[in-house]
Amino acid sequence: MEQSWKQAKTAFAAVAAPPVFWLLLFFVVPLAVIWAYTFGENTGPITIDFTGTFANYARALEPLYLGIFAKSLVIAGLTTALCLVVGFPVALAIAFSSPRAKAWLLLLIMLPFWTNLLIRTFALIAVLREQGYVNFTLEWLWNNASGFMTLIGLQPLGEYEPLTLLYNNTAVVIGLVYVHLPFMVLPLYSALDRMDRSLMEASLDLGAGHLRTIWSVVVPLAAPGIASGVLITFIPALGAYLTPDLLGGTDSQMIANVIERQFKRANDWPFGAALSFLLMYLTFIAIALQALVQRRADRRG
Amino acid sequence: MAKQALPAATAAVTERPAPREKPGPLEYMRRWPLQLMVGLTLLFLYLPLITLMAFSFNDSRRNIVWQGFTLKYYEKALANESLIQAFVNSLTIAFLCTIVSVILGALAAVMLWRFRFPGKTALEGTLALPIVVPEICLGVAMLVFFARVMPWPTGLPWPFNLGAITIAHISFAFPFVATVVRARLASFNRELEEAAKDLGASEWRTFWDVLVPHMRPGLIAGALLAFTLSLDDFVITFFTSGPDTITFPVKVYSMLRFSVTPEVNAASTILIVVTVVLTAIGLQLQNQKPKEDKA
Repeated sequence: MEQSWKQAKTAFAAVAAPPVFWLLLFFVVPLAVIWAYTFGENTGPITIDFTGTFANYARALEPLYLGIFAKSLVIAGLTTALCLVVGFPVALAIAFSSPRAKAWLLLLIMLPFWTNLLIRTFALIAVLREQGYVNFTLEWLWNNASGFMTLIGLQPLGEYEPLTLLYNNTAVVIGLVYVHLPFMVLPLYSALDRMDRSLMEASLDLGAGHLRTIWSVVVPLAAPGIASGVLITFIPALGAYLTPDLLGGTDSQMIANVIERQFKRANDWPFGAALSFLLMYLTFIAIALQALVQRRADRRG
Repeated sequence: MAKQALPAATAAVTERPAPREKPGPLEYMRRWPLQLMVGLTLLFLYLPLITLMAFSFNDSRRNIVWQGFTLKYYEKALANESLIQAFVNSLTIAFLCTIVSVILGALAAVMLWRFRFPGKTALEGTLALPIVVPEICLGVAMLVFFARVMPWPTGLPWPFNLGAITIAHISFAFPFVATVVRARLASFNRELEEAAKDLGASEWRTFWDVLVPHMRPGLIAGALLAFTLSLDDFVITFFTSGPDTITFPVKVYSMLRFSVTPEVNAASTILIVVTVVLTAIGLQLQNQKPKEDKA
């Protein structure tokens, strides 16, 4: 049973003061300042007046910025969907493998997560660029196929045109999937691992196939795990800065890139602050939706 | 086939070792489609990193075709003073961030675990915010905070010039530590604490001799998390770092902006190795816990 703070005031103060103080001064205050800026106006190069205007929010709702918000949502959604499609079978395979293999596979999935995000993105550039390994492999296959065609008397295929895999929206999605896949696999794994397997066995015994069992038994049972995997993939993907910055082209700007520009080059802090808060509200909406799914699953369980 | 042949077979047929057992219905890992899937996923995750590491030893500036083994890019990276400075900065920040985050995180966890107090739900929610708020939002908030509200003095001697970055890192790292430690505290038997107090131990002694040993695995896991979070962070650092306070990721980012040279590969390989070794040590420390617990 928890103790009332009144019973041990000194101990409570000693324990509570440092973290609460830190949280207030170095987290709540900075966010509050930014929030106040969203209602401010640039009146000089470095002076901002708090005028209580809603102009920044109004500007954020202009088609240009709404388009960027929509694009970020689509890219993050696509990333999450791809992570789910790839991550679910992987998590299933890991959850049902031998304990030894399980430990190793989990470590293998987690290890890239401990590696620096920037380095992983950089590594991906080397693989995807026009003179990267993906294009080399394709070129080799192409040339071989071309040689084979001449061998059997057909027209050769002609010169290999390297695919442009970088600096476009596809590259951003690939990059985000690459970075966030472990986020998806781990919660899915823990949900599948905790699941009551006799239900699956019953379904298989009663004649349902594997796909049907997975779809009508495993997926509903693992719904909370799926929801939390979706959430912790979607949130960082939505706010991603580095991946669109390094892998994207001129039209692959996501919200975070626009926010960065307002704070650095464009020097329009109030507008950047408004965009940040809109991004934060979107995040909160995503969390609320996940909580809803969770509650519904709990009630059913 | 062996099965069908068996009834008809005479004693003359020597029993061959049974063919590999058929996979059970739920042994998904032993079915080829899933094996293929897992294999491809791991390939997808590791191929870029492995090529990056391999090509840091490649004796060619163009970094595309293998030209032979060399360590010259490591020599170059190690001779690059600003790169080394950035690396040292990153490790220092991560180290300071880990110490403070573990202390703050542990205190926050104990507070939430032990006490009932008004506003607890609100505090819990606020404490969870740094975990969910997008990095970019926290980054710009810190930028504004250190530019307008509490300007960090410039021109301080190292390592005090790293203060702003370190503070920003602690702000998002310590809630992670608090979450991990609190999960650990859930398994603590509160009667032990009461027993210690009944036997005359002071609050402090109880905390230090009873609670802290129990929290230890959580503290180690939290420390590991705080260290990697800090070492990894680019976005928040990008907004809080000044020209004299470059961290390793920020440095690599600016190197990438200019040109992709094998030197970056070499520097990245060093960081990957450092992280993997630290993670291995951390996991090892954590795995020792069950034995101690029983004692």
